[in-house]
Amino acid sequence: MKKTLEVFRYNPEKDEKPYFQTYEVEVYEGMTLLDALNYIRWELDGTLTYRRSCRSAICGSCAMKINGKTYLACKTQIIRDIKSDHIKVEPLPGYEIIKDLVVDMDNFFDKLHRVKPYHITHTPPPEKERLQSPEEFHYINEAADCILCGACVSACPSAWAGKDYLGPAALLKAYKFCADSRDEGADERLAIVNDRNGVWRCHYTANCMDACPKDIKITDYIARLRNMLVQDKL
Amino acid sequence: MELEKTYHKYDVIIVGAGLAGERAALAAASSNLKTAVITKVYPTRSHSGGAQGGISAAIGNVDPEDSLEAHMWDTVKGSDFLGDQDAIELFVEEAIKTIYEYEHMGVPFSRLPNGKIAQRAFGGHTYRRACYSADKTGHVLLHTLYEQCVKHEVSFYNEFLVLSLMITDGQASGVVAWDLRNGGLHIFQTKAVLFATGGYGRAYKVTSNALSNTGDGLATVLEAGLPVEDLEFVQFHPTGYYRQGILVTEGARGEGGHLLNGEGERFMKKYAPEKMELAPRDLVSRSIWTEILEGRGIDGKDYVYIDLTHLGAEKIMERLPQIRDLAISFVGVDPIKEPIPIQPTAHYSMGGIPTNKRGEVVIDSQNTVMPGFYAAGEAACVSIHGANRLGTNSLQEASTFGRIAGNNMTEYARKTEFLPVDEEAVKRAEDKVRKLLENDGKTHHYHYKKELQETMYEKVWIFRNEKDLKEAASIVKSLEEDFMKNVKIDDKGMLFNLDLQEALEVHNLLTFSQIIIAGAINRKESRGAHYRTDFPKRDDVNWLKHTLAWRKEDGTIKFDYKPVVITKYQPTERKY
Repeated sequence: MKKTLEVFRYNPEKDEKPYFQTYEVEVYEGMTLLDALNYIRWELDGTLTYRRSCRSAICGSCAMKINGKTYLACKTQIIRDIKSDHIKVEPLPGYEIIKDLVVDMDNFFDKLHRVKPYHITHTPPPEKERLQSPEEFHYINEAADCILCGACVSACPSAWAGKDYLGPAALLKAYKFCADSRDEGADERLAIVNDRNGVWRCHYTANCMDACPKDIKITDYIARLRNMLVQDKL
Repeated sequence: MELEKTYHKYDVIIVGAGLAGERAALAAASSNLKTAVITKVYPTRSHSGGAQGGISAAIGNVDPEDSLEAHMWDTVKGSDFLGDQDAIELFVEEAIKTIYEYEHMGVPFSRLPNGKIAQRAFGGHTYRRACYSADKTGHVLLHTLYEQCVKHEVSFYNEFLVLSLMITDGQASGVVAWDLRNGGLHIFQTKAVLFATGGYGRAYKVTSNALSNTGDGLATVLEAGLPVEDLEFVQFHPTGYYRQGILVTEGARGEGGHLLNGEGERFMKKYAPEKMELAPRDLVSRSIWTEILEGRGIDGKDYVYIDLTHLGAEKIMERLPQIRDLAISFVGVDPIKEPIPIQPTAHYSMGGIPTNKRGEVVIDSQNTVMPGFYAAGEAACVSIHGANRLGTNSLQEASTFGRIAGNNMTEYARKTEFLPVDEEAVKRAEDKVRKLLENDGKTHHYHYKKELQETMYEKVWIFRNEKDLKEAASIVKSLEEDFMKNVKIDDKGMLFNLDLQEALEVHNLLTFSQIIIAGAINRKESRGAHYRTDFPKRDDVNWLKHTLAWRKEDGTIKFDYKPVVITKYQPTERKY
C-alpha cells in the first residue's frame, strides 16, 4: 500500500519561496510518520530536513503539522492514525522557519526562561529529602510530563495574536513550580505571570490541550495559576 | 572551499547535555567558571530523558535493611566481576548524596505515604532501591538539571556536533565543532574538556537508543590517538517493543510483569528460578533469545510477551502510564487488556572512554592521566558496570560521576592557563567536513549505516561466535574503506545540513564498531553481556581484565589490557 506525502520545503539558501514536494512511500503496519520521513531522507532525497531524535515521544524534537493538526511524527502511525492516503506535512505553525520542517525554537525557550523555571527555596534543606505526600506529588506529576515540543504554543490563538504572550508551555512550567509543596518561589513567579502577556492572555480555547502529545490538561493548570493569583489578592 | 571559522574561549567545555554533561556543567558554573556546553540537540532532547524506571541508591526508604555493602555487592556481581571495585565503592556512597541533592533541586519523585521518596524493585538488585518518578525518571532528572543550568547561566551551544579533540603538549586544550544551524567550524579553546557524549547503541538495527546515539565522543577520542575501553560489552535490554526496539522499562517487571513464551509459559523459571523476571538483563535477554531460537517465540516468531494485565488498570495508570501510552501508539496494544510483544534491543554501552574514579581520562594500562581531559556517563568507562550494568545504575552513574568529574575539572581549570590552538585538530575537523561536501561519490551514507546495523544485529548480537565475528570484522572494514572513497551526501549547503551531520555520524559508527567486533573476537570467554557460544564459560585466569584499544593511523587496531581493581569481593560463580 502506498501513501503520498506532500512535504513543505524551503531552503532560504537557494529557494526564493516555500513549495511542496511530493513523495510516494510504501507504507506498512507499524510505520510511523517519522519512519516515512526517514525513508524519504535515506532512500529518496537526503536534502529533506527535520528534527528528530528519540523516536519514543519523550525528546520533543519532531512536533509538526500533519494534515492540519499538530502531532509528534514519531508517535503517529501512518496507517492507523492517518486515514487519508494523502498526507500533508508542514512545520509547526507560529514559528520562524529555518529550513524545511525545522523551526526556530529560541523564542520558545527564551519565554520558558522568563518564568524562573527552577526550584526556589530559602530555608536550608534537611539532611535527607524534603517530605512530600503522594497527593502533593500528584499536583505536579502531570505537569512534569511536558517535553517542551512546542506544539501547544503553535496551536494557541492567543500566541498567534500576541507575540509577547508567554504561552502555554512557559505557564505550565510556572504552574509546576508554584504548585510544588516544596517550592518557596511562587510569589516571584506569580508576579511574572500576573501580566497581560501572562495568564490573563489565555482565553481557554483549550487548543493547547488538544495539541499536546502528552495529553496534559494545560488549560486547567493555567486556570489554577490564575486561582493562585486571585486567592492571593483576596 | 573555505569554511568559516569562529573562535571561543571558555574555562571549561562540556560536550553533551545529558545528565552527566549537565551535572558537570552545573558544578563548573556554580563555581563561577565560564562554562559552555556543546550539544547536538537542545539539552532537554538528550537521551537521558529516555530512561524510565528509576535511579538507584541504598537510601532504604522501602527496605530499611538495604545497605551500601548490598548495593556494592549487587553491582559487582551484576558486572560479572569486571567492574572496578574502588569506583563501585565510591559510587554507592555518593549515590545517596546524589539522590538528596536531586530532591533538593526539586526533582518530582514519586512518594511513599510517609512522604519519603518511593523505591521499586529492579533486576539484580537485592532490595527495592530504584527511586523513581512514575515511568519518566530520566525525563524529570534531565529537565531539572537543565533548569538548574539555566539558573546558573551555563552557555549552551545547541545543535553543534563535535568534530575533533584538541590536544596541545599532551594536555586537552579544546574541541572543534560544527554549527549545524548555520554551518561553519567553531574552535573552542579551554582549560578543561569533558566528554559526556552518550552511548553507541545506534551501531545496531534494533535498539532502544535515540537516532542521536552515534558514539561521536568515542570516534573523536580514537581519532585523537587515545584508547577506548571494553567496547565489546554491549547491553541488550530484554524488553524493547517488537520491531521498533523502543524501551519498555524494566520497571514493568519491577512492578510484577511476567515474561511469557509462545506456549504461555513463564519461561524464566528455567533460567533464573529464584529471581525469575528480575534476573539481570544479560541473563534475561539470553533467555528470551534462547526461547526464540528454539521456536518458542509467539507463533514461532522472533518475539515474546511481557504481560502486565494481572497488575490491574489502577497500578498501570499510576506507575506505568507512559508505557501504556507508548504500547498503544507503537504496537496497538493496551497493556491493561493484553500482553505486549517484545524482543531484546541494543540498549547500553558498558564500554567507553577510560577514566579513573575522579573522572579523569586515562590513556594506557598504567592509568596515566591525560591532563585537562574528563569523561562521564555512558560515554565513559570508569568502570562500575563491568560486563553488565544493572538497571537504574546508569542514571545514577551519569549523575554521580558527572558531579565528581565536574568538580575535579573545575579545580583543575582554576589552576590552568589556556593553551595554544591545536592546528592539527582544526585541520582534521575541516578535512572531514570538506571531504563530504566536496566528494562526488555514488553511494548515499545511509547505505553504509544500514549494512553496518544489519551486520551488527546478525553477527555481533546476544550470542556470538568466532566465525560470525570475523565475517563482521571484514564486512565493516570494507564498508569503512568504501565509505572513504564513494560516500555521497545530497545536501551540500551550509544551512541546517542534516545530511552532512548524519554522514559524519555514520563514519563515527563505522570507526568504533570495528573495535566492538575486534574486542569481541579477542575475548575468548563469556562474561556478562559478551557471550561466546564457542567459549561459553567465564575465564578468570585469562580474561579478568579490561580491554584497551587504539585505532592506528592506518586504521588497524592495537590492543592492550589492564587489570580489574578488586578490593572486597573475589570472583565467584554468578547465579540468580
